[in-house]
Amino acid sequence: MSWLPVALLAVPLAGAVLLAVPVGSAARGPTARERWFPRYGLAVSGITLALSAVLAAAFDHDDPARMQFVTNLPWIPGLGLRFHLGVDGVSLPLVLLTALLTFLCFAYLCRGRPAGSGRVPAPGRSATPSPGGPSTPSPGDPPGAASGRPSEPADGGRPRALAFTLLVLEVGMIGTFLALDLLLFFVFFEVVLIPMYFVIAIWGGHRRRAAATKFILYTLLGSVVLLLGLLFIWAQTGTLDMTALARAHGTGMSRAAQILAFLAVGAGLAVKTPMWPLHTWLPDAHTEAPTVGSVLLAGVLLKMGTYGFARIAVPMLPGGATVLAPWLGAFAVIGIIYGSLACLAQRDLKRMIAYSSIGHMGFVLLGFAALTPAGFNGALFGNIAHGLITALLFFVVGSIKERYGTAEIPSLGGGMLTRLPRLGSVLTFAAVASLGLPGLAGFWGEVLSLLGAFRPAAGLPRSLYLVFMALGGLGTVLTAAYFLSMLSRVTHGRPVETVHAPVLAAVGPADTGGTGNAESGEGTADVGSTGRGRGHGRRGMRDVAPHELVAWVPLMALILLLGLWPKALLDVTGPVARSLLGAP
Amino acid sequence: MTTAAVLAILLPFAAAAAGLLGSRFPKGLRGGAADAAANRRAAWIAIVPTAVSTLLTIWLAYSIRAGQAAGGGDWLSRFTGSAGTARVATASVAVDTGSAPISVGLLVDGLAATIAVLVTVVALAVQVYSVGYLRDDRRYPSYSAFISLFTSAMLLVVYAADLLVLYVGWEVMGLCSYLLIGHWWEDRANSRAAIKAFLVTRIGDVGFLFGVFVLGTAAGGFRIADVLAKLPELPPGTILAAALLLLAGVAGKSAQVPLHTWLPDAMAGPTPISALIHAATMVAAGIFVVARLYPVFLASGPALDVLAVMAALGMLGAALAALAQDDLKRVLAYSTISQLAYMAGALAAGSRDAAVFHLITHGAFKALLFLCAGAVIHAVGSNLMSAMGGLRRGLPVTFAAMTIGFAALAGLPPASGFFSKDEVLAAVERSLSAGHLAAPVALLLYGCALATVAVTGAYATRAWLRTFFGERALSGLPGTAASEPAPSIAPESASEPAPSIAPESASEPAPSIAPESASEPAPSAAVHEAPPVMRWPIIILAVPALLLGLPGALHIHWGTAVLSVALALLGAGAVHAVWRADPRRDPARLLGPLRGLCERAFSVDELYRAVLVRPTLLLAYVVARADGRVVDGAVRGSGRTVTGLAGLVRRAQNGNAQLYVTGLLAGVLLLAVGAVMLR
Repeated sequence: MSWLPVALLAVPLAGAVLLAVPVGSAARGPTARERWFPRYGLAVSGITLALSAVLAAAFDHDDPARMQFVTNLPWIPGLGLRFHLGVDGVSLPLVLLTALLTFLCFAYLCRGRPAGSGRVPAPGRSATPSPGGPSTPSPGDPPGAASGRPSEPADGGRPRALAFTLLVLEVGMIGTFLALDLLLFFVFFEVVLIPMYFVIAIWGGHRRRAAATKFILYTLLGSVVLLLGLLFIWAQTGTLDMTALARAHGTGMSRAAQILAFLAVGAGLAVKTPMWPLHTWLPDAHTEAPTVGSVLLAGVLLKMGTYGFARIAVPMLPGGATVLAPWLGAFAVIGIIYGSLACLAQRDLKRMIAYSSIGHMGFVLLGFAALTPAGFNGALFGNIAHGLITALLFFVVGSIKERYGTAEIPSLGGGMLTRLPRLGSVLTFAAVASLGLPGLAGFWGEVLSLLGAFRPAAGLPRSLYLVFMALGGLGTVLTAAYFLSMLSRVTHGRPVETVHAPVLAAVGPADTGGTGNAESGEGTADVGSTGRGRGHGRRGMRDVAPHELVAWVPLMALILLLGLWPKALLDVTGPVARSLLGAP
Repeated sequence: MTTAAVLAILLPFAAAAAGLLGSRFPKGLRGGAADAAANRRAAWIAIVPTAVSTLLTIWLAYSIRAGQAAGGGDWLSRFTGSAGTARVATASVAVDTGSAPISVGLLVDGLAATIAVLVTVVALAVQVYSVGYLRDDRRYPSYSAFISLFTSAMLLVVYAADLLVLYVGWEVMGLCSYLLIGHWWEDRANSRAAIKAFLVTRIGDVGFLFGVFVLGTAAGGFRIADVLAKLPELPPGTILAAALLLLAGVAGKSAQVPLHTWLPDAMAGPTPISALIHAATMVAAGIFVVARLYPVFLASGPALDVLAVMAALGMLGAALAALAQDDLKRVLAYSTISQLAYMAGALAAGSRDAAVFHLITHGAFKALLFLCAGAVIHAVGSNLMSAMGGLRRGLPVTFAAMTIGFAALAGLPPASGFFSKDEVLAAVERSLSAGHLAAPVALLLYGCALATVAVTGAYATRAWLRTFFGERALSGLPGTAASEPAPSIAPESASEPAPSIAPESASEPAPSIAPESASEPAPSAAVHEAPPVMRWPIIILAVPALLLGLPGALHIHWGTAVLSVALALLGAGAVHAVWRADPRRDPARLLGPLRGLCERAFSVDELYRAVLVRPTLLLAYVVARADGRVVDGAVRGSGRTVTGLAGLVRRAQNGNAQLYVTGLLAGVLLLAVGAVMLR
């Protein structure tokens, strides 16, 4: 047994549990408390990140295909359930990504100057408690009074509950990537849903309730199908051990059983990924989720679906995969084209990025559908790259929304490179990375997926895959088209005075689109104009702030690193891809 | 030597990073003096590494030449460096992809070394020139950094030993062109032109990538040397597919029909960028890649036929379009398409060396022409030739340099363009009798090439006369406005240099205060030469533009040469005659009814907009609507159905005890009846 994977789960869990103990907070003033909880979360997730770094350093990179740091304890002996954790080349990058993104989310929440120091207040997210709110004790944390508050902390109040939720979320996410027991995997897979539901439902935008409900019901429905599939595999093979099942490559299951199991498992995972046409929960969830929610949703949660394909569906059910892979590829390619086209017509930045995720995950699924090591590598690479790039995009768009009070492209008025040159530059960087420019991380995933489709595994219809590849190539052009036209509309042009923006930012969500009242408008304008210092834009909006820089620089550095030196990741995933596919 | 090659690429790359991040470091101030200081620092950051890189590439080229001096080959292949086998290869690192491996490494042979010199020299000239051209531009630091990145990417394309590594540089160039063409993004038209450049080239690039896939997977690796070595074993169908797919990328990058439409619009960028894109980077990449992978194309005859047809249509069409443009930069842009088509024609005709020779001389004289055009625009404050005229008195240096450039463009001796065009025409002529091309295709290519010589002479003369001779139209446009709508993309007069000239610079010697010269056109005597930092790159580039062809002086194909010079003079003479009849009026009226069509470049843009862009946008709209109504509608509908069903079921749970008891009794009755009946 190895302590590292256990520690990776125990640290954030212990951190969350400690938050639930109502100590000490009564003594501090509200401002101090607001600042304290994100920092506490930062510390806990920092320890987790350090642990994952130790994991990566201690990982035997010469043999990434072998399951390392294995912990295998009996959990529920009656059912044959085991607490079985481990890391190999597929899960290691994802664990690192999760720990990093959670850490960066907390860094983003730690604002340098919390109250009234020239910052335009956070966008109107009311902190009105949701009836279904968490049972977390949050004594002395007065809810509500959102619009009247001089400055809203973090993402709209309740910092303790938010820190708790994010830490629980981290436990679930890391657990999903570490689990080596089918039911344990499913448990972690489900654990993630609840905190994410609350993140959307409590800290979300003004249509958050419907989005959260849709998110939880849709993904739960997918999970039910997934659970049926997992139980079916269990019933057929008599084991829940994922390593054993992957090694078996489907022996012990008839071809029909494999097809059925792949159908169930694949459908469950496809909801999560999301695969067209099971994607419609995603745009709503992303549009309404707060920044950190969107980042983790796009950066990690979607990866859990594709991770399932890499870990369960394809290696354990190769017979089913061979039969259904062309369908998977077809849906993936439809998703690529469809997502890109939908992006072209979007008006809301967050919604656009959500649809772009559908396109990018289409490339990941296309890579899996090829059933070759190259395609697999492309899918795994694209997974990580999408996690980094889309997380950055959502961070940036969150900051844009915070400043302008809206993410509607026409309302932004263009000229961001004049008003907020650094924010505009980061947005350009993220968009260019997302459209798959070589030298940045997004490229290799797409290229290897297409390369996989160019020469799919034996037994798959080659000509069909050539069509997939051609359509995927068309998708890259469309991707470039919508990102560039978005950049043109948002960052280029002369800035139009969006006088209403600070007003919008100051009032509650209910008033969005309304005229706003003059008083609060003036008040914010004052706050804006007194803002001084080098980071400030010319018209009272602050350019990239330190806490944002801290959260974004690691992402940008990693995007560049993986883009310039893809070997760093390919050497880890390559051997596993071969062994999972049973290729020589 | 391997270190030199690596450094040559990495230095501009490091300069780009340093220029982007370090120009305002550590204070990050903006405005006024801080901008000037940042610009100064950025200029050093940009120029010094490029200069070192230039020296490195020259040294590399020299030592490779020295290594193969004893080798055979005719003078032309020695000149272009394609003779001999001396090469420098770095140790490559293999990246396992799960399929054919990528090998990260460099391969410098004679051809690559020669092109690299062209790239760095032009890039250096552009960097120096830009210091003057954009002296008061707030965004000069990012601009110069992007030029450095552009240089680095092009050098990567040139030196790459692996097709996918080459592709990385190939695409990064697309990004740099996007960023630089859209440099003055305050104007939406510039932003659109930048997007167009990226998207049109990317369409070609997708084809190119698939071509790389075909070659790489067939050869079991993406190394260029391996691919070429394995070529004889590959089935002809595979080679043909690869060549045709690669051609798509070549057409995109080198602005060949049908993907040429981005290049004229790319004139929206600052003029030095046009020089860079048209002479050394980007458009040169396409021709270079065909030269680099020439065996692949030679082994697939139909691909060469396709290339020949593309070249034939492109060279004549673009030359005709150039004849009708009013915007000086657009004239040069169409001339680039036309000249690149000559190179493509030479490649199709089977002479790689002639193509590379023309690529090099064209790089020199086209860079010269654009830098001169920049000086003219800088002085006049307008891109439009109808606002120019009689400038030879005010701009003697520019006049002399541009005369050399136009002579080279028209192929008049002794300028460099004459010799290289002679080689190209000779190669095309040879392909008539012997070669890979199908006979009708070769004939078409030859006919178009000769016709283009005449048209080139005509449009070069027209631009030369309208810019430097006659009288400057006093009110700018009105004299010709009736028949000449301003080009849609070109900036309105004065809008171009305006961003670069801050109000306080009015007292400085920088002559072109754009708004003034546009609103109240000064007499041509008020036009001044550009500052020295812009003048010197022009003067220095004029030397190779004039002399680079001289190695060919001993090897002239006299028959072809006489014919081509006669044709060029014929075109020039016709324009001159028309112009002399009335210097105020545009000699483009020579074209007669074709003029409007030529000015719109045969309406290809409109066609693409109607056939491709509009339907795509419509489809996007439909998809976005359908996603909300149909796909998500089904989801919401299922939700509503469940809620509705639940409502029905809830009816039964209404809390009315009588109803419950009635139901209970009814159930009991039913059971009893059932029990009796079924027993």
